[in-house]
Amino acid sequence: MISLSSPVRTWAHGWRAGTKLAALCVATMLLFAIGNIVFQTAAFGFALLLYCLPGRVFLREGLRHLRVLIPFVAIVLIWHLVTGDPARGIKTIMRMVTAVALANLVTMTTSLTALMDVVRWMSSPLRRLGVSTAPLEIVLPLLIRFVPVLTLRAGQMHQSWRARSQRRANYRIVLPMMLMALDDADRVGEALKARGGALPEQEN
Amino acid sequence: MEKDLARIALFAALIAILGLIPAITLGFGVPITAQSLGVMLAGAVLGARQGGLAVLLFVFAAVLGLPLLAGGRGGLGVFASPTVGFVVGFPVAAFVTGLVVEKLHRLPPGVSAGIGAFIGGIIVMYAFGTIGMAIVLNKSLTEAALLNSAFVIGDLLKAGLCGMLVAAIARLRPQMLPWYRAPVSQVFR
Repeated sequence: MISLSSPVRTWAHGWRAGTKLAALCVATMLLFAIGNIVFQTAAFGFALLLYCLPGRVFLREGLRHLRVLIPFVAIVLIWHLVTGDPARGIKTIMRMVTAVALANLVTMTTSLTALMDVVRWMSSPLRRLGVSTAPLEIVLPLLIRFVPVLTLRAGQMHQSWRARSQRRANYRIVLPMMLMALDDADRVGEALKARGGALPEQEN
Repeated sequence: MEKDLARIALFAALIAILGLIPAITLGFGVPITAQSLGVMLAGAVLGARQGGLAVLLFVFAAVLGLPLLAGGRGGLGVFASPTVGFVVGFPVAAFVTGLVVEKLHRLPPGVSAGIGAFIGGIIVMYAFGTIGMAIVLNKSLTEAALLNSAFVIGDLLKAGLCGMLVAAIARLRPQMLPWYRAPVSQVFR
């Protein structure tokens, strides 16, 4: 499965995930609070600099993640050219790209385990109140494991469709996929129960 | 308990897979993906609570950095991109879809699922999506609604599809729809 994390190790990988998240929160709030064009341009340049620092491989990978914004950039630009206010359009685009770029930086330089630790730390008041967060620690690995499994199965279904029909697979393939996922879920549920249940501290 | 957790996890995975199916491009060049169909189905099949939780898990995992959103997107950048409203609205849309389906359980399952998908997956989803886009792109709500309106036709098709698929599940696996009470003639065949 393709990961969104960085292909090269950067100095930011060593920072604490919580610090990076807090910095991101502050940066995004500032971006939306300060409408000054000078500040927005400076922030945009700063984000670009951060992408350039770790080298060319990192820059290319980072820009690849930002490609999804191109249609929105185009829409906003056309919109403001039509309404005759291109300066405001460029400011909006810069703010959006900077905010997404900074957030992607945190995602690219932080491992999933580190983020999960932050989530566990943030949910500790819930545990203090007696709410169990154990189910989350079961369903997230299940999800991560089953995305490739279901992708493989969906690919097999696609192949068997193509072996039988000249036409391309259409929406009809969703029904067998859903039945497969639901049937699998029941078996996984039984397997979880057979292995001691989802909540170890509780009598099942 | 274990079965509920497994269903939540597997349906969240299914929504991710539906986002991987290449987008079908409508006649006038608007790409639609099956991901929002997955959100409608989560609510309509699993019901309000489990469906909402499944979609919440999906969004949570995507925001943590797994490339699960349509087109392999994910990560914290989602919160700053113009589609943030849709992503935040996903779990609510699934919950409302499930709520409507549960309230209308006397109707034929396909019909109630179609209505639920329309109210949850279209009305609620677009309310969130429009607000999010208005904030990020610095537009008025009317302007943002205009930008989003191009996708409504695709989503209307998906709501209909959701109804058809749930009707098929009610026939093939009635026990898998927790809110569905199969007619006696179907139980004792």
